[in-house]
Amino acid sequence: MNPIISGASVIAAGLAIGLAAIGPGIGQGTAAAQAVEGLARQPEAEGKIRGTLLLSLAFMESLTIYGLVVALCLLFANPFVG
Amino acid sequence: MFFSLAAVEVGTHLYWELGGLVIHGQVLIITWLVIAIILTLTVLGTLKLEQIPKGIQNFLESVYEYVSGIAKDQIGEYHYRPWVPFIGTLFLFIFVANWLGALVPWKLIKLSEGELAAPTNDINTTVALSLLTSISYFYAGFKEKGLGFFARYISPTPIFLPINILEDFTKPLSLSFRLFGNILADEIVVSVLCLLVPLLIPLPVMVLGLFASSVQALVFSTLSAAYIAESIE
Repeated sequence: MNPIISGASVIAAGLAIGLAAIGPGIGQGTAAAQAVEGLARQPEAEGKIRGTLLLSLAFMESLTIYGLVVALCLLFANPFVG
Repeated sequence: MFFSLAAVEVGTHLYWELGGLVIHGQVLIITWLVIAIILTLTVLGTLKLEQIPKGIQNFLESVYEYVSGIAKDQIGEYHYRPWVPFIGTLFLFIFVANWLGALVPWKLIKLSEGELAAPTNDINTTVALSLLTSISYFYAGFKEKGLGFFARYISPTPIFLPINILEDFTKPLSLSFRLFGNILADEIVVSVLCLLVPLLIPLPVMVLGLFASSVQALVFSTLSAAYIAESIE
């Protein structure tokens, strides 16, 4: 096993999750803020807003999950380690 | 000692050989268990149908209403009925599989290799499910519009042709990776926390995992319904 490849894979795995978490983090914050605003404006629409918010949060979360899948591939099923 | 409590095992499987094919046995075992649970519940609930539902029949009717609500919200009042079985099967299978993997302490059952867990933490299961979705939205489109279905590849302008073709590949890819990653991530987080602090601390994460896995079942079936609706309209 080449130590440089192993080290680079571990660093890349960390970076993959860290970088993939930035965008969805900002997006989820914006979505939650807008949902709170909507709730303050129209408290009677709570159920609908909650359902839509949860669904869209799950979509944004999946972007980080793609990064996680890449990281898992690098850690447990690395194609470059002979 | 902690390592015996929770070893993080990724990529080890119980291999079965069937006529030249290599099969991940632990996934199949839990899949059969999931199918058995759903079948027993539905058969028990529909054996003696009554005008005024009670017990299991009552429960099953509310499940049916929820599941057909998912299909109706996406596909619309007019077309949704033939797709309720497909969307409902996806939702129920993924939901029961995720919860079975999270609720039952499978670690207590020792296998020669690999470990029992939710079948959705294997990429083969999720890819199979998402390919089923692909096939069914093509079928829905062809059935509804015939060869006119191909018009969607050059809409709104022919410039979008490569992107529209690419979309057919990214849809099953994102569907399968989303489900697989979420379930596997939850299991890894729980195992790592168990490894660090074996008492009490992993419990809230487990509850979060239960919630997240039910949301993933909802997301998968909603997206499948949305893709089918997109190719019908």
